[in-house]
Amino acid sequence: MTGRRSRVRSKLTYRNAAGYAFISPWLLGFFAFIIIPIVTSVYYSFTDYDILKTPVFNGVKNFVTMLHDGLFWKSLEVTFIYTFSSVPLRLAFALFIAMLLNTRRARLLRFHQTVYYLPSVLGGSIAVAIMWRRLFLDDGAVNAVLGMIGIHSEISWIGNPSTAIWTLVLLAAWQFGSSMLIFLAGLKQIPRAYYEAAEIDGASPSQRFFRITIPHLTPVIFFNLVMQLINGFTVFTQAFVVSNGTGDPMNNTLVYALYLYQRAFKYYQMGYGSAMAWVLVLIIGVFTALLFRSSGNWVYYETKEGR
Amino acid sequence: MALSRRAQRTRNQVLFQLFMFAFGFVMVYPVLWMIANSFKPSSEIFGNASLIPTKIVLENYIRGWRFIGRITFTTFYANSLFYVSLATIGTVFSSALVAFGFARIRFKGRSFWFVAMFLTLILPYQVIMIPQFIIFHKLHWVNTFAPLIVPMFLGQPFFIFLMVQFVRGIPAELDESAYIDGCGLFRIFTQIIFPLITPAIVTTTIFSFYWRFDDFLGPLLYLNKPSLFTVSLALRMFSDPMTSTDWGAIFAMATVSLVPILVVFVAFQKYLVEGISTTGLKS
Repeated sequence: MTGRRSRVRSKLTYRNAAGYAFISPWLLGFFAFIIIPIVTSVYYSFTDYDILKTPVFNGVKNFVTMLHDGLFWKSLEVTFIYTFSSVPLRLAFALFIAMLLNTRRARLLRFHQTVYYLPSVLGGSIAVAIMWRRLFLDDGAVNAVLGMIGIHSEISWIGNPSTAIWTLVLLAAWQFGSSMLIFLAGLKQIPRAYYEAAEIDGASPSQRFFRITIPHLTPVIFFNLVMQLINGFTVFTQAFVVSNGTGDPMNNTLVYALYLYQRAFKYYQMGYGSAMAWVLVLIIGVFTALLFRSSGNWVYYETKEGR
Repeated sequence: MALSRRAQRTRNQVLFQLFMFAFGFVMVYPVLWMIANSFKPSSEIFGNASLIPTKIVLENYIRGWRFIGRITFTTFYANSLFYVSLATIGTVFSSALVAFGFARIRFKGRSFWFVAMFLTLILPYQVIMIPQFIIFHKLHWVNTFAPLIVPMFLGQPFFIFLMVQFVRGIPAELDESAYIDGCGLFRIFTQIIFPLITPAIVTTTIFSFYWRFDDFLGPLLYLNKPSLFTVSLALRMFSDPMTSTDWGAIFAMATVSLVPILVVFVAFQKYLVEGISTTGLKS
């Protein structure tokens, strides 16, 4: 009996040891590159630190400075405009094209799917950001195309303070392909019978859309919203490349992550940069929490019963 | 009646195809424009929306590849290849190992660590960017590839999740019976599970390849010498108005940099599409 119990115990120890052995690479990385940085980052945010000298504790000075920092507010404004226009635009395009691709009888669906997905594949590359910049300059293709349809335009969309951020929004919206694929996979899981039954009951196409399609997709929409909101708030590379690292014209493409980067790695204000990073976490946390709070009202999770 | 219905269907099909082709053309036009311009003589590039060069020239490619003198794109591709392949190998094997641990071994604290890992997924990189830089700076790892590669050997949460989902789909009887037969857990992992999760491995490899090849912020932070530049970093510097205004050459090198991405896309489209659809759905 005791032999058996000790065997069970040794088996348990073996399982525990083996479990930790297998996850040990991640645990090591978690502590070395996530936990320690998080803890030190909290500390740095209350210091004046230029990386060469030791950090000097200065209380909440960085946070107070931020309140009076015009560029901080400007970068917040730019980031909000960017996120709250590019995310809905991207999801709307994604859903629209996914629904078109979900028609049963059409031909060439795979071909179209590939074409619409392609910008998402290429979109992360620097080549595309460079191309985008060139496209919207005064002698770029956008003005040339506009000229062909009779609209004479000589402005540089990149250089004009009121249009520059919209070229970035468009660049993000252009890459709706991944969301489109996710929506398409979600649409294919909706049982056809629901639509047939609704049709027999005389439901209009818009009723079918709002009563069947949208509710079924809400978990997918929710997941996409959360992930893309985070991506939107932390956008960096595109703004960096399109504005050549400056955030110009007139700081209208100075997104939050770009300003943070400038403060930390151009002016070596590591303390201020860390403080800005924590404000970003706070903002993302608030919006994510709001989304999760609201999700009870509009996200429908299918239960196993009733099937 | 039957005929009119058929006519209607044909009309719908034509309208559908017209729309999909027109909108699709708008979508890919920017890329085609860039490729077309890379073959045009410099004088023809601007103020012009045409996709067909009057004369195809390759000079842009030769000028572009030479970059700005001593260092050429040969160096940048060698650097990218080194970084991308090592980082991807590290990501794949370490993530698979960790995923097996989480998916198959019931150890104390498993759910706690799993949740912790999930939280790191939504932690913005900006928070750890500065302290990580300081750590690597103190280790004298700046201007080496180590800060970009070493963390990749410690498992990537996104891919661990992907693989955990996949491992859970494999019948547990399979490795349980092997376990009863006296097969050790590490052997179960290498001989049974790893070969069975090939689709997840392929998906991970492709995405890791893309993310590392496109990676910009990491190299920007850690690689400051042109001889260490990756392709993305070199392209960025090349397109800086302070460095060059030779747009023909810039477009040529930008086009070349899309070739590896497109080749992988064409070869592994199925895995990509499946990878995206499943990771996005299992939330």
